[in-house]
Amino acid sequence: MEVLYLLIPVSIGLLLLIVRILLWAVRSGQFEDLEGPAHRILMDEEKIAEPRD
Amino acid sequence: MNQSVEHLQKDLNSPDESHSGQACFHCGLRVPEAIDLTANIDGVNQPMCCYGCQAVARAIVNAGHSSFYRFRTANSITGRELIPEFVRDIEIYDSKTLRQQFTQQDNDQLTEVSLMLEGITCAACIWLIEKTLESIEGVVLVRVNFASQRAWVKWDDSIIHLSGILQAIARVGYRAMPFNPGVQQQAQKQKRQSQQRRIAVAGLFGMQVMMLSISLYVGAWSGMEAEFDRLFKVLSLILSLPVVLYAALPFYRSAIRDLRHLNVTMDVPVSIAILIAFVASVWATYDGHGHVYFDSMVMFVFFLSASRYFEMIARQRSLSAAEKMIQSMPAVATRVRRDGRVETIPAQTLVEGDRVIVAPGETVPADGQIVKGQTSCDEALLTGESLPVAKSSGDALLGGSVNLSHPVTLEIKSVGSETVLSQIQQMVEKAQADKPALVRLADRVAGRFISLVLFIVIATACIWWLKGSEGWFEIALSVLIVSCPCALSLAVPTALSVAIGKLQSNGLLVKRASSLEGLNQVTHIVFDKTGTLTRGKPELSQCVSNPELTLADCLQIAVSLETHSEHPLACALLRSAPEVIPFEVKALLNAPGEGIQGEIDGQPYFIGNAAYIERVTGIRIDQAWCQSYGTDQLTTVVLSNREQVMACYYFCDQVRDEAQGLIQDLISKGYQISLLSGDREGPTKAIAEQVGITHYASVMTPQRKAESVADLQSRGEVVLMIGDGINDAPVLASADYSIAMGSATAVAKGSADLLLLSDHLSDIKNALGYAHQTQSVVRQNLGWALTYNLSAIPAAALGFVAPWMAALGMSFSSLLVVLNALRLSR
Repeated sequence: MEVLYLLIPVSIGLLLLIVRILLWAVRSGQFEDLEGPAHRILMDEEKIAEPRD
Repeated sequence: MNQSVEHLQKDLNSPDESHSGQACFHCGLRVPEAIDLTANIDGVNQPMCCYGCQAVARAIVNAGHSSFYRFRTANSITGRELIPEFVRDIEIYDSKTLRQQFTQQDNDQLTEVSLMLEGITCAACIWLIEKTLESIEGVVLVRVNFASQRAWVKWDDSIIHLSGILQAIARVGYRAMPFNPGVQQQAQKQKRQSQQRRIAVAGLFGMQVMMLSISLYVGAWSGMEAEFDRLFKVLSLILSLPVVLYAALPFYRSAIRDLRHLNVTMDVPVSIAILIAFVASVWATYDGHGHVYFDSMVMFVFFLSASRYFEMIARQRSLSAAEKMIQSMPAVATRVRRDGRVETIPAQTLVEGDRVIVAPGETVPADGQIVKGQTSCDEALLTGESLPVAKSSGDALLGGSVNLSHPVTLEIKSVGSETVLSQIQQMVEKAQADKPALVRLADRVAGRFISLVLFIVIATACIWWLKGSEGWFEIALSVLIVSCPCALSLAVPTALSVAIGKLQSNGLLVKRASSLEGLNQVTHIVFDKTGTLTRGKPELSQCVSNPELTLADCLQIAVSLETHSEHPLACALLRSAPEVIPFEVKALLNAPGEGIQGEIDGQPYFIGNAAYIERVTGIRIDQAWCQSYGTDQLTTVVLSNREQVMACYYFCDQVRDEAQGLIQDLISKGYQISLLSGDREGPTKAIAEQVGITHYASVMTPQRKAESVADLQSRGEVVLMIGDGINDAPVLASADYSIAMGSATAVAKGSADLLLLSDHLSDIKNALGYAHQTQSVVRQNLGWALTYNLSAIPAAALGFVAPWMAALGMSFSSLLVVLNALRLSR
């Protein structure tokens, strides 16, 4: 069980990294528009399928 | 095979096929007779109702975005051609002053601007605009926000100018307005982002703490070595620190602020619970025994922060209607300087005494007095009536109205917040601020409830401590957690959010959530007339000609004279006779707001209101055949020549088809109905009788309308007002609840509680019915939450409830309340 003394700091380090990334996402305004991406996926997908011919 | 080729050829040629009667493929309106326009979309010639729609459709197809028509879920707005005046107006945005005002340079020499988009009917529109912008040469970055319908564009000004970008958007059928985000926008964005950060922190650290607490729970159950028990508790403590000290800050701040005003609100027990739980857990960690509550605490903060965030966005979004209002005042004005030079300046820099030229079609930039010229003006923005008003030297023009026929020179009398438009807005804002009586009541009740709870908690703690019991702290904590009115506070908002979402998809925009609940108490419904019960547009209802002449001949002459007029009555006449071919008219003379005269085949003819005809020809309008239609109720236009009156045309404002049915339905449900109108007695009485309303009043100024509403309220009635004109705005705000039609002026929209986007009166019935359902769900929720709280508090006070049970019970009851609310979405 002593391995916990290694694993826990590692996971906390990971946590801090993730928090950092999330805060960056907030600052770059990625959470401003929560509806757009949902629509975009449906519409862009069609477009890619088109220029086949 | 031959057949298919023929079929194809027929499709491509289709020369004589008229598409009249079909729906325009682009905007959905009926194609008028004699219009034969098509656009080739994906290989099929689709009918178009006008050159505007055709131009837009072709632009979309030529850009390769024809899949727009497959993606869209609603019809587009009717297209407008890119007329030279419009292009010129757009090019104004390239001027140095406006560029400074609206755009910003960034480090890479790129210019950026925020645009407000208009004409959006569904998500595909936004997709189209995005694709269009991206394909413009010189545009580097495009970000379109679906939720707020704003676009942010970054481009290289040496390759293309802002006007080019705006034109490109206009070509595919939308209108984009550059706007200055302003201080309030920035502040709102800051708030949003800081709250997003807090939720992120609370969520991520909370997840870690939850993980550790699982270990602790399992360990407590099946045995764990003391050192690991200690380790996990210390870790939980450390990981909870960011949550307690950062994510929960807004709660502490508002609790302290409220306590300073001796106001006990929800944030007070929330803050106390968080802090006490934390301190107790720290003590238990240090001391070695006792429970720790880090997990409950952080999740509590997380959920509460998330729900506050969604409330905030909803509120911020509803404020943007007022912003659009501000944008309707023009950005530029044409000023004439002392030395005679003419310059284009931002309208904001106008001062009293400046002289400006307002060209036909332009919006008046501020309140002023005409010093040169005469014209007719559309004051619909302020009065809701679109019949032009004649203005000449010495008359006042109001900022926000539209100049119609001739250019005039104006001397500015009031600017900015002194203009009539601003005054009305301020009146509305004041009425709004006074409005939430129910909210104040709710706050008072909540305050007392919470003070009571705190008292019980302290009392419980003292009693158990005095009894010498070990678990006095635990018991007190349980009482605090159990009494936290989470279910109670969720009971109403969740039901409302779901109901609002459902209504929105049915064309009813609810701007103030609490109003949905209160609609159930409405006893009296007040309707406005023009634009609400009626369509707001004049239509030809009767025409009668001099017995010696034929209707058709007179109509042809009338149409010839009115062909080039933009007066709504002229348009109504032309609309009613689209197949009539006009004569050529010479010496056309237009007296704005009064009438038109012209020569056809050497003979002079006159058309206009009765006063104009009498003035210009000297003929008195008193023929028997003229009076036969009860001219008092309808607007009359008279056609005559030098010797005699030839014909009379009567226009009325058509009542909406569904109005009568709605009124009958409402009466049968027990509502009292009234009609208040600013119009004359005749038309008001006629409409009231037509739809079945017995109480009506005419010639009502906004003040008198508001007084009438206040009078009803003092008699104990709860009033719902339905209207659309800007002069209804103060009344809408002062009524208990208000609905604005979708076609309403922006200020009316800003002050109403609900917006009828679909413009179908029958949706009002739906709103009222839905409010009923919502109320019963809210009652159920409140009932459950209260029962839970009231039974759980004594149980906890007597020591039967451990803190973890309290937390569990709280979560469970909250969940129950939310699920019950979701039932409303079916």
